[in-house]
Amino acid sequence: MIEQFFPNVNWDTMFEATYETVYMTAISVAITAVLGILLGLLLFLTSKGNIWENRGVYAITSVLVNIFRSIPFIILIVLLIPFTRFLLDTIRGANAALPALIIGAAPFYARMVEIALREIDKGVIEAARSMGASMTTIIFKVLLAESKPALVSGITVTAIALVGYTAMAGVIGAGGLGNLAFLDGFQRSRDDVTLAATIIILLIVFVIQFIGDFFTNRLDKR
Amino acid sequence: MITISNAKKLFKTKNGSLTAVDDVSLTIKEGEIFGVIGYSGAGKSTLIRMLNGLELPTSGTVDVNGKVISGISSGELRKARQKISMIFQHFNLLWSRTVRENISFPLEIAGVRKNTREKKVEELIKLVGLDGRGDAYPSQLSGGQKQRVGIARALANDPEVLLCDEATSALDPQTTDSILELLVDINKRLGLTIVLITHEMHVIRKICHRVAVMEEGRVVELGNVLDIFKQPKEPITKRFVQQVTEPEETKETIEHLLNDYEDGLVVKLAFVGESAEQPLITTLIRSFNINVNILQGKISHTQNGAYGTLFLHLRGDVPEVKQAVEYLEKASVGVEVITND
Ligand SMILES: Nc1ncnc2c1ncn2[C@@H]1O[C@H](COP(=O)(O)OP(=O)(O)O)[C@@H](O)[C@H]1O
Ligand SMILES: [Mg+2]
Repeated sequence: MIEQFFPNVNWDTMFEATYETVYMTAISVAITAVLGILLGLLLFLTSKGNIWENRGVYAITSVLVNIFRSIPFIILIVLLIPFTRFLLDTIRGANAALPALIIGAAPFYARMVEIALREIDKGVIEAARSMGASMTTIIFKVLLAESKPALVSGITVTAIALVGYTAMAGVIGAGGLGNLAFLDGFQRSRDDVTLAATIIILLIVFVIQFIGDFFTNRLDKR
Repeated sequence: MITISNAKKLFKTKNGSLTAVDDVSLTIKEGEIFGVIGYSGAGKSTLIRMLNGLELPTSGTVDVNGKVISGISSGELRKARQKISMIFQHFNLLWSRTVRENISFPLEIAGVRKNTREKKVEELIKLVGLDGRGDAYPSQLSGGQKQRVGIARALANDPEVLLCDEATSALDPQTTDSILELLVDINKRLGLTIVLITHEMHVIRKICHRVAVMEEGRVVELGNVLDIFKQPKEPITKRFVQQVTEPEETKETIEHLLNDYEDGLVVKLAFVGESAEQPLITTLIRSFNINVNILQGKISHTQNGAYGTLFLHLRGDVPEVKQAVEYLEKASVGVEVITND
């Protein structure tokens, strides 16, 4: 039955490609989350009226974030080829896509983190300070704890964007479903391969959205 | 307990610098409930925030319980803050934490062990009357209940001083009273020094022992609450006192009455402290051959005694009425004959 609709699909290859896509997404989401939160915290804390207010640091971070957020991903990959080659000695394979994926997504997420942190009532931070809280306590128990739902919904959106990015990275040889759809499906005019890869990508996106929504709702106590 | 000496606070703003607190010196005694009243922008919040170092004075010093808040290291300041708690107008609870977890937060900051924390939290929940609400989130509580959580949280580390920044200003009158009662109760039971700021004289009247009146960054009047009610000196103080003693319409009503009563006298009696409890009117009617008509009156209770005003219309022979007024004056009551002018 399935063979009938997808005569040209080699399911082993398809499975391999799915694994690569999931792998690239998972690793890049994890690193993006950490980097994005660090950058977002830096942006928030050094912005005007905040605890580490520092115009210079804020301006530099902000400009860098904006630049990398604005470069179209497909161009970013090309720009990063020398960097990737230097880092990994290759520009092919799933790992080779990671630097571009992370550098493309982390600034995107950092802005979302900054916005999430700005939503926190200043009074709550002040209350924590009035209790004698240290900076570490404020960061972990107030800033990150109070913005958890927004951080989770932000990383959900970022993860979905990253699935799309992996597909683009695939086109220039990073492997995964995008690569398979392009080389095996598009270039050899096997529409069924392209279709199968697309359906799997959609499924991945739906699963991410579902998990993200679930946790966002559960964490939101407002 | 608390000594503020020549504290000054300048803020740099776009249009130059702004003096929020201007050369304020105050001493607050241990176990006292000290109020600061003033209109919005008077510098009250800036002043109270100097007491826990949320603002540092531009010049002058702030000493709380032997620690110079205005001049200690940030580590020492954090330690000191555990004993100088604060509650806020908008409660400032962590919405991601339950009541229990919110109250536990300052204990976590102080590094208290889990078992001890849990026990202390249960005690505090009882103390502020939130039994059974321990697992609720702030979003499920009313304003009054949220402030109770704020108070419990503030008491967690057994502070020596409790600072209240407009703690009841976001609450309805009834809830305000219940929170004020809780504060008095805590003050008596735990011997806690309370400093509160407000723009409502009602709050001062109800719970404060002493009050400072602030205007444009300065303390313009300071004294026992009852004395301030008895003899407000500054125009701004008089306006605040009128907030509680004379309802808005009183003045106009009395002026109308003067037109209605062609004969006799309208007098305003001011009772203070013990005189408020004397059976004055009874004696007045019995001893003088006059008609006494009560037009309007109100007695307020402060932490240092009662205070009130009463408007009477006295009618009868002119000499008899005169004698009656003399009697009232002797009875250590403030008497003011209201004339139509
Ligand atoms: N961080 C700040 N920066 C600049 N101006 C401030 C700041 N905090 C307070 N002010 C100003 O100081 C004055 C006193 O404010 P505040 O102490 O909040 O008064 P109150 O609590 O009596 O309403 C106001 O004019 C206010 O605008
Ligand atoms: Mg204020």
